[in-house]
Amino acid sequence: MEQNTEAKRIMALSLGKMYSSRSQRGGLRLHRSLLLTLVMRSAQDIYHSSRVVTEIWPANGQHAQKALPAEEPMDTSGAQFQTCALTTSPEDSQLRCAKSDENKENLEPVRSNRRTRKRRGKAAGEPDFLPSKRARIRMEAAEELLSAQVTELCGTNCLSERTCSSHVL
Amino acid sequence: MSPKASRATTPPMEEDIDTRKINSSFLRDHNYATEADIISTVEFNATGELLATGDKGGRVVVFQREQESKNQPQRRGEYNVYSTFQSHEPEFDYLKSLEIEEKINKIRWLPQHNAAYFLLSTNDKTVKLWKISERDKRPEGYNLKDEDGRIRDPATITTLRVPVLRPMDLMVEATARRVYSNAHTYHINSISVNSDYETFMSTDDLRINLWNLEITNKSFNIVDIKPANMEELTEVITAAEFHPNQCNTFVYSSSKGSIRLCDMRASALCDNHSKFFEEPEDPSNRSFFSEIISSISDVKFSHNGRYLMTRDYLTVKVWDLNMESKPLETYQVHDYLRSKLCSLYENDCIFDKFECVWNGSDSVIMTGSYNNFFRMFDRNTKRDVTLEASRENSKPRAILKPRKVCLGGKRRKDEISVDSLDFSKKILHTAWHPSENIIAVAATNNLYIFQDKVN
Repeated sequence: MEQNTEAKRIMALSLGKMYSSRSQRGGLRLHRSLLLTLVMRSAQDIYHSSRVVTEIWPANGQHAQKALPAEEPMDTSGAQFQTCALTTSPEDSQLRCAKSDENKENLEPVRSNRRTRKRRGKAAGEPDFLPSKRARIRMEAAEELLSAQVTELCGTNCLSERTCSSHVL
Repeated sequence: MSPKASRATTPPMEEDIDTRKINSSFLRDHNYATEADIISTVEFNATGELLATGDKGGRVVVFQREQESKNQPQRRGEYNVYSTFQSHEPEFDYLKSLEIEEKINKIRWLPQHNAAYFLLSTNDKTVKLWKISERDKRPEGYNLKDEDGRIRDPATITTLRVPVLRPMDLMVEATARRVYSNAHTYHINSISVNSDYETFMSTDDLRINLWNLEITNKSFNIVDIKPANMEELTEVITAAEFHPNQCNTFVYSSSKGSIRLCDMRASALCDNHSKFFEEPEDPSNRSFFSEIISSISDVKFSHNGRYLMTRDYLTVKVWDLNMESKPLETYQVHDYLRSKLCSLYENDCIFDKFECVWNGSDSVIMTGSYNNFFRMFDRNTKRDVTLEASRENSKPRAILKPRKVCLGGKRRKDEISVDSLDFSKKILHTAWHPSENIIAVAATNNLYIFQDKVN
């Protein structure tokens, strides 16, 4: 479960960095944005796959094993949280399909001429590496996971995360 | 090598020398650094006579080694300021509403053909060719203007004379001879002069352009890794360099930890590499930050052109050009940081781009670390040393003492523990004299020059 907490923390961190890099002097750095996106995706993968494990687990331990055949044992030792083995198995499509749209947004900020034609104050035109409007959905997800983090600290179990997510603290 | 220190700080511009004198000692003593003074690149010229530094404020400072004199044999050619000029100014891209930083990303010297010196300097978008020349004579005795330059009243001119050249105090002037602009959509990270001394390349995140030094309104794109759909972007170019003596060969490194060697004779567009160097990832080291720490921050050919050196966040690797499957040698720069990657991600240090350099004979490699430490690895003896560039340890002619970082448990005297390291003091840029054991180390806004001990 510590993996899950860590993944959420890193996701929130990454999102914060992505947004603050927009106002950096010199413009958005493509290399940095790419690295942030990769970290975000790794953390997302861990977060979502561990969520699925914990949701299935109470029903039947055996199912959890079968549902995620590619899952490697996670190292939940305290100090070395980042030594966890990551699942990067795209063949786990049954778990991923719901999230695939969101994942796409995090691959790389998208340029869409249609969207950016609109004048927005100072920026008459946007470089193709600025995040598009779809990034807003990620903001809500970040709020969701931050509030979920607080909910967890209160001691409620993971199954009720979804119902608790509306409680913004 | 037992280095001894001589330290130079970036000098103030002539105009505001008075206020800077008052402020700089205060700033220096209290360890503040104005951001514009932070050194962003260091480079010796081909003979080692000149050393250039670029800073975040867009200035270039060139140091010249003084001639060794028999009167003072202990002053073995120290470096003094030779020229200072503003290379790049901040600009504004109105179309994209973006400011273009004036920070000098790289300086590369051209070989010397005449009395003047030439260097290329670049910021994020524009490369400039600067000519640095000396003037020690001045024409005097003009007919139409007087010595102050004021136009004389023609009625007062009664005789004609030929102006003569008279000696004057040495003046070093820098003039921009070429400006190579508007060729990069993304941020320029490298420039490299070809061994044909006619062309050079400039590299940004996704493209490499080839220029002729004489022609500024045209450049040729030789590498383009931009995908049709930016959503599919998985890697960017992080550095590129021409081979030191094969003018058709160059390499570029990627954020995924791979290096591609390209041959310009194969095709006009070198998207297909001739060689591909990559080490398979060790699965036991996998973490959230594996991609970031495997991103290559610098790539350098050895002087003999047989080896490549790459720097990623934790290691330096030496590759044999004839072996693509794995590096010849791997050196751990600061492996004690492997367990601290999350904190380093939080404070952004994990994104730091360290450079690496070869010595003249390709037997020793050097790179920087944190806490103003820098490391040297002897490839033959397999010995390594950690040294520190700091004011306290670097009184002139002091011998540098090796430093040691203790990993945990009992800390011996003189060792420093990992948690006491100052991550704001990082050495990203270093340079090694092409033939002698003289190194230049940039520590934030200070430049340290170390030489081999005189017996």
